[in-house]
Amino acid sequence: MAEEAHGESTGLVFHPLDQFKIHPLFGDGPIHWYTITNVTLWMAIAVVGIVALFVFGSRGRAIVPTRTQSIGELIYGFIYKMVEDVTGKDGVKYFPYIMTLFLFILFANFLGLIPMSFTTTSHIAVTAVLGFGVFLTVTLIGLYKHGLHFLGLFWMSDAPAILRPIIAIIEVISYFVRPVSHSIRLAGNIMAGHAVIKVFAGFAAIALISPVSILAITAIYGLEVLVAGIQAYVFTILTCVYLKDALHPGH
Amino acid sequence: MEGDIAQLGQFVGAGLAAIGSGAAAIGVGHVAGNYLAGALRNPSAAASQTATLFIGLAFAEALGIFSFLVALLLMFAV
Repeated sequence: MAEEAHGESTGLVFHPLDQFKIHPLFGDGPIHWYTITNVTLWMAIAVVGIVALFVFGSRGRAIVPTRTQSIGELIYGFIYKMVEDVTGKDGVKYFPYIMTLFLFILFANFLGLIPMSFTTTSHIAVTAVLGFGVFLTVTLIGLYKHGLHFLGLFWMSDAPAILRPIIAIIEVISYFVRPVSHSIRLAGNIMAGHAVIKVFAGFAAIALISPVSILAITAIYGLEVLVAGIQAYVFTILTCVYLKDALHPGH
Repeated sequence: MEGDIAQLGQFVGAGLAAIGSGAAAIGVGHVAGNYLAGALRNPSAAASQTATLFIGLAFAEALGIFSFLVALLLMFAV
């Protein structure tokens, strides 16, 4: 009801959220978990792109790297340094997982910026799997490494004794909200940016303001390129922070 | 008539939720501004604190995204 009214009252020729519709690639049947949809296609393109960059780009193993090899080396060095800085030496063991997360999100975000493409990370279903995956991994690592000492994460031993139970309740709540905010941050940022571009694209149909609208689309597109990189970075660095909490729960 | 009032409530609620986005913008600006002020006072310490800056930005921004999500739910999902 609200949807119809929204589309007609603002005079948009298309709905700004139409771009996030999932449809099967072959035929028009109902979508099951095994149906190949446009989400599957663009996730596969992201994976193929990552493999192409890292397997074929660095196959030469040149001492003076080629352009693709140096892109791969830069990304590798950047993430490695981040993991080492944030989690410490013993967190480096989990570097492959964090690198995988970063590359998948980065490629999905940037592939979504190609016109007419589909942004897989704009769906909460996709980012929730990543976010809850990080949450489960980190919690299990913490419980495995420290046992019940892991619960010291919620018990601030340097706080005044009267405040400790209250702080513990707040800490527990904030701990369990982590996966929700972790996944919604990524999906919300990407979806909001793409929806704003579509809203301005709707204004471009009106001849009087179309130059302004096209300029605005260009500007917002530039912002979105920035956001795509920053959100991948933020997701990864928060994963590192959560991992650090699990590895060193004492403080 | 009742449907109209419900729709009115949806739109007003979505507009009110947009206030949260503005508040998050204040928060993000505060983080970035204070980082810049600190970085200009002590430029040698600035590079080591960029990670903290982004974590702070992300936490401040997340709550704005939540209010945006509430607005979207009111507009399209209710």
